[in-house]
Amino acid sequence: MRKILLQGLARPPLTEPPPRPDDAALAELAKSVNRAARRRLGRSLSIRQVDAGSCNGCELEIHALNNAFYDLERFGLRFVASPRHADVLLVTGPVTKNMREALERTYNATPDPKWVVAVGDCARNGGIFAESYAVVGGVDRVVPVDLHIGGCPPRPIDLLKGLLALLETVARS
Amino acid sequence: MAALLDTIDGQRTEAHRPWPRVVVRADGWRAAIEHLAAGQSTMLGLWGDTGAVHLALLDESSGDKAVVTLECPDGTFPSVAARYLPATRLERAVRDLYGLQPAGLPDTRPWLDLGFWGVTQPLGARREAPPTRAPYRFLPVEGENLHQIPVGPVHAGIIEPGHFRFTANGETVVRLEQRLGYVHKGIDGLMAGASIERAARQAGRTSGDSTVAYALAFAQAVEAALQMQVPPRAVYLRALMAELERLANHFGDIGAICNDASFAAMHAQCNVLRERTLRTADACFGHRLMMDCVVPGGVAQDLAPDGAGGLPTLLGEIRTLFPQLVELYDNTASLQDRTALTGILKPELARRFGAGGYVGRASGRGFDARRHPGYAPYDRLTFEVPVLEAGDVDARVWIRIREVEQSLSLLDQILQSLPGGGIRNAISPASGIREGVALVEGFRGDVLAWLRLDGDHVTRCHLRDPSWFQWPLLEAVIENNIVADFPLCNKSFNCSYSGHDL
Repeated sequence: MRKILLQGLARPPLTEPPPRPDDAALAELAKSVNRAARRRLGRSLSIRQVDAGSCNGCELEIHALNNAFYDLERFGLRFVASPRHADVLLVTGPVTKNMREALERTYNATPDPKWVVAVGDCARNGGIFAESYAVVGGVDRVVPVDLHIGGCPPRPIDLLKGLLALLETVARS
Repeated sequence: MAALLDTIDGQRTEAHRPWPRVVVRADGWRAAIEHLAAGQSTMLGLWGDTGAVHLALLDESSGDKAVVTLECPDGTFPSVAARYLPATRLERAVRDLYGLQPAGLPDTRPWLDLGFWGVTQPLGARREAPPTRAPYRFLPVEGENLHQIPVGPVHAGIIEPGHFRFTANGETVVRLEQRLGYVHKGIDGLMAGASIERAARQAGRTSGDSTVAYALAFAQAVEAALQMQVPPRAVYLRALMAELERLANHFGDIGAICNDASFAAMHAQCNVLRERTLRTADACFGHRLMMDCVVPGGVAQDLAPDGAGGLPTLLGEIRTLFPQLVELYDNTASLQDRTALTGILKPELARRFGAGGYVGRASGRGFDARRHPGYAPYDRLTFEVPVLEAGDVDARVWIRIREVEQSLSLLDQILQSLPGGGIRNAISPASGIREGVALVEGFRGDVLAWLRLDGDHVTRCHLRDPSWFQWPLLEAVIENNIVADFPLCNKSFNCSYSGHDL
C-alpha cells in the first residue's frame, strides 16, 4: 500500500488538461438556461445519473469521468446518490415504457432550478430501439431536455465537453 | 447427441446448425425435463417462438448440445420449472412475451411485463392491455422483528435500474427478492424482420459491456446458419477484441468490488488500467468498447497500425502495475475481512443453475465456452480456466485476477500468430429458412445466440445473457449476510440488467 502511494507521489499526475467546452452544446444551452438560475448555483453542480433504458454502454463511459484521467470533480461537478441533492439529471437510454414513471418521479424529486442532459444517441430519439412496443423514445418525450450529448456511447471527453459547456453557461451571469 | 437424444424422440429439423434441433411431442418434452431434473443436463436457454417453445440443453458429461422444440397448438406447454426451478423466470418471460402458458409453472406472476406496454403478449397474439394495472405481489415474509427495505428501480449510483426488496432482521438479510424488467427494450421483437446488418447492431447493444461477446455470438450464429467461412485474420482479431473486453471489464469489476468495501485506492488504480485498455482498443479499432467491430462474415475494420504498436505497451504496463495491485489486495487484511466468507454460493447451486463465468467458476463449475463447445482460434491457443470452490466474494475476485493473467497470455499468443489476409467475407444470403446457434464466452459468462434467417433478414433471434442464471443465485447468496455487504455481493456478481431484460 505504502509503496503504491509513494510511487503516486513521485509520478506526475495522470489527469489531463480540460478540453474546450463544446460549441454546439453552448449554443443549445444558450436557449434554455435562464440567468436567474445561473446566479444561484455558481460554479458547482451535483449530478444524478438515471439509466432510463440504456444498454449500459453509456454508463461505462460516464463512470470513466471519475477516473484519474478525466477527474470530473476538479471542475466542481460530482455525482450524488439522490435526485433531492441534484442540480442536473444525466439521463441515458431510449426511455423504456417500464422506466417512464421512474424517470418522471426522479425528475419531480429534483429541486428547481434543474437541468436535464440526455446522454447518447438512444436518449436523443430512441436510437435503434425507437420502433419497439416497449420504448417511449427520446428523453424529451418524458421530461424537458436542456442538452443532448450524442454518441454510441459518447466518449468521456465528449461528455466532459458537454458538461463543461453546461457549467460555463450556468456560471456566466 | 447420443445420451440425450436417445431418450428424446423427435423430428430433426433440417438447416439448423451446428447442433441439432428436434421437434418433439409432449412425451419428448417431458423426457427433456426429466433430464434436467435429474441433473444429467444443464439448461442453456428457454425461449418462445410463434406457437412454439424452444429449450437448449447441454449434456455436461458428453458435451453434447441440442435445441428441443415443442409446438403448442393450444397455447400451453408442460412447465420445465415445475421440475427444474432455474427455468422459472424464463418461463415467466415466455408467458409475458408470447402468451404461451407453461402448465404447472410454480410462479405465475409476470416477469418482464410490468404493465406499462399498453399491450399484452406483444410477440404472440397481441392484445390491448387492461386499463388498470394489477399490483405486483412480492412473496410473503412472516416472522417477528422483520422489516423491509425497498431499493430501486433508480439506484444510488451510476448503475442500471432494477428493484430489490430486502427483508431484514436487524442487520441480517433473511430474504432478497428481485424485480427486473425495467430496461426491457423489446430486442427480440425488434430483431424479427430486421436485416442481418441491423440485427447485428442491435445484438451488439443488448448489454453494452459485452458488446464484443454479443456481436460475436450473433455473427457465429449467422455464419453457422449460412455455413460461411470467416477469414483466419478476422478469427484472430475477434479473439483479440474479446480478450481486451474481458480485461477492461475485469479491471473495472475488481476495482469496483474493492470500492464497495471503501478501499478507494484499488478502485483508482484499476480504473487507470481500464482506461488504458479502452484507449488501446480505440486506437486499434476506432471504438473504445469496440461496438460494431465484429460483424457477420468477419470484422469491420483491421487493426490500425498505430494501435497494433500500442498493444505491447499496454500489456507491458499491465504486467508492471497489476501484480502490485494483486499483492495489495492479498495483503490488506481489512479488505479481506469484507470479501472472504461473504456471499457464499454453494457449488451444487451453481451447477444446478448452470451458472457461467466467474460466478460458476468461483463455485466449482469450470464451464468456459471458449473451451467447450470451443471455437477458433482458442483451439490453437494455450490457456487455463481457473476454478475455485470457496464461492465467496473473495473467490470471485480471484477468478477475475487469474483470468486477467490468462487474457494477457492469450493476447501475447494472438499477436504472435496473427495471420495476414482479408478480414471479412461478404454474406451471401441463402434461399429458404436457415437456423443457427452459437455459444460465446463473454467476460460475465456464456452468451447464447439463436436465430432463424429467411433470405437476407432475421425472422426470429433470441439472445440469452449469462445473467439469467446468475441473478437468482444472488438472492440465495445474500441470505444471512448483513445489508451492508449487499453491494459487495452484488458487484462480485455484476449481473447485466439490460442483457437480462432484453
